[in-house]
Amino acid sequence: MTLNRSNLCWLALGLITAGYLLFWAFLLGATATYSTPDSWLKVLMSPEIRHATWLSLVTCSLAAGFALLLAVPVGYLMSRREFRGKSWLDAALDIPIILPPLVVGLCLLIFFQTRIGKVIEMAVPFTYQLSGVVLAQFVVAAAFAIRTMRGTFQHLSARPEDVALTLGCTRFQALWHVALPAARRGMVAAFCIAWARSLGEFGPILVFAGATRMKTEVLPTTVWLELSVGNLEAAVAVSLFMVALAVLVLVAVRATGEKV
Amino acid sequence: MIQLDHITWKTGDRVILADVTIAIPANTYAVLMGSTGCGKTTLLEILCGLRSPTSGRVLLDNVDVTDLEPRERGIGYVPQDLALFPGLRVREQIGFAPKLRGVPPEELNQRVNRLAEQFGIAPLLDRLPDMLSGGEKQRVALARALAAQPKLLLLDEPLSALDESMRAEAVTLLQRVQSEHSLTVLHVTHSSSEAAALGHLHLRMNGGRMEVE
Repeated sequence: MTLNRSNLCWLALGLITAGYLLFWAFLLGATATYSTPDSWLKVLMSPEIRHATWLSLVTCSLAAGFALLLAVPVGYLMSRREFRGKSWLDAALDIPIILPPLVVGLCLLIFFQTRIGKVIEMAVPFTYQLSGVVLAQFVVAAAFAIRTMRGTFQHLSARPEDVALTLGCTRFQALWHVALPAARRGMVAAFCIAWARSLGEFGPILVFAGATRMKTEVLPTTVWLELSVGNLEAAVAVSLFMVALAVLVLVAVRATGEKV
Repeated sequence: MIQLDHITWKTGDRVILADVTIAIPANTYAVLMGSTGCGKTTLLEILCGLRSPTSGRVLLDNVDVTDLEPRERGIGYVPQDLALFPGLRVREQIGFAPKLRGVPPEELNQRVNRLAEQFGIAPLLDRLPDMLSGGEKQRVALARALAAQPKLLLLDEPLSALDESMRAEAVTLLQRVQSEHSLTVLHVTHSSSEAAALGHLHLRMNGGRMEVE
């Protein structure tokens, strides 16, 4: 292959990409070599970390499940229906993505100090509770799930649903019998993305649910708690465990064929 | 019988259908021709109830259905891309409408098998849409529409994806289907030969208006 101008351009772009990936490889490599697998295992088997891991898995799954339940109808509405003010609503749905995480936590904390919030807390207590962890994860994860579901429905033709309407379906039946089965890969992707986002959530959880050991401590909270007492080895072990979980989720999303 | 009574459809300031008035008698095979983007598909969607006209009325067998939902009109619709349901097997595609209407399983099976035999797709009943050729998909889409036992069938360029050899076969099939099921058919096409072979009534859309040829 001769190195003409076009090839040189591709080579330069390839080098930029490789450089970026290499930078990440160095970051993760340096973290991974900070301590030994034996010490990782020791840290991960400690009762506090096992509890935080279990809590993370449960709360992330609940938050992702709730996010998906919200994302399917909202995503369907945004992809299939034209209405006045749609672009404003579209922008509003992205607010949790651009808000600083600590602000999300602060908003939750203040909301549950209002009269409506206190009434809700009489039924289900959220502030500094485990349910607060799930809520803090849900409010941000839902925005990502909605984006994914909206994209999924936009890529699916509305024609089969139109035909289903002529064959006797109501709009809800067309969604249930035709659109949802066609969107199942997108639903898996939306769940995985919401789950991964929940796993990394820290700011809102810290502000709204606190960082109480064996109560509201999830994996990102563990990293922060261990760092704050100078236990870098434990923080590294938990971080690497979270990286492994994130990679697993990425593989799962790619397997669905959807793009993140 | 299909009656369109002064149907107008506008998008913004653009008039797509301008005061369209036409009557298509029962058991007639009508073909509708016209240039691309002249409003043929819009007209079919208004007939189906998928789109509301800006003004005017749609009457089926002298009943005003303008405000009825698509499911209440008794119309079979085969769009240009056939729109088979992804992830459903041919058997489920054909049985979709009868199952929705609560037809007992035994009768549903009989209806599916009868239509599959009639359309020559019995060996394909357990296949997914991705595993069908263009001609097979077209037959499945027709069988699915007819399983709902409509009185009226709307076809939007149903043969456009077929090659020349399959098109002649499909024309024969459509003629047979129309006469066996005593259907009123409105068939949109760009092909003059297709229109000549099938049409009892020839319609043309021109500048948003409908003309009988």
